Amino acid sequence: MAMLAEAAVAGLLVVAGVFGLVGSYGLLKLPDLMTRLHAPTKATTLGVGGVLIASMIHFAVFEGHLSFHELLITLFLFLTAPITAHFIAKAWLHRNARAADLPPPGGAKGWATFEAAPDDHRRSDPAAPPKHEA
Amino acid sequence: MIGYALMFAFACFGVALLLNLWRIAAGPGVADRVLALDTMVINAIALLILYGILEGTSVYFEASMLFAMTGFVSTVAYARFMLRGDIIE
Repeated sequence: MAMLAEAAVAGLLVVAGVFGLVGSYGLLKLPDLMTRLHAPTKATTLGVGGVLIASMIHFAVFEGHLSFHELLITLFLFLTAPITAHFIAKAWLHRNARAADLPPPGGAKGWATFEAAPDDHRRSDPAAPPKHEA
Repeated sequence: MIGYALMFAFACFGVALLLNLWRIAAGPGVADRVLALDTMVINAIALLILYGILEGTSVYFEASMLFAMTGFVSTVAYARFMLRGDIIE
């Protein structure tokens, strides 16, 4: 049993390390931000998730107390990773893309990214998309 | 066996942190740097938990939980600032 647990912990740690490294290497290697957003998700889910599961097994078998902190951290990361990715993608669109280059969103409203605040003067250049008027 | 695996994982996440630092230094835009910072927080959380396994204490879970929360809030604040030029309007 202890041998099996040791093998499981070691395997999970190796897998987690490889995925963490692959995620950060992808962040360095991929060509632009929208593709780069893809790479760190590997580090978040499989990398940190593997380390957390390894730590759960390790503490349950070798230290003799089962703890659920790890599940909390995993849950928190799984909840927040899409939100941060969405925010970063939206900020990148806001700064680097023009609405004319994007496909129509297909609704009554325009792209929410370009709906600037009323006193926002940074996007007042002529190439900017028309402001959304309700 | 766990010792070697731990050292391997430490090395992997350490190199990953260095790669993120490279992206922060070289990143062509602000969004790239924020993304790299977010990934750095993830890797730091993994390193903290690995250190907790090495030491055999559960003190580091609280630290990594705090790290995760601070990282999320700071990334959202950076993104808000890029989007609106202000964090709390």
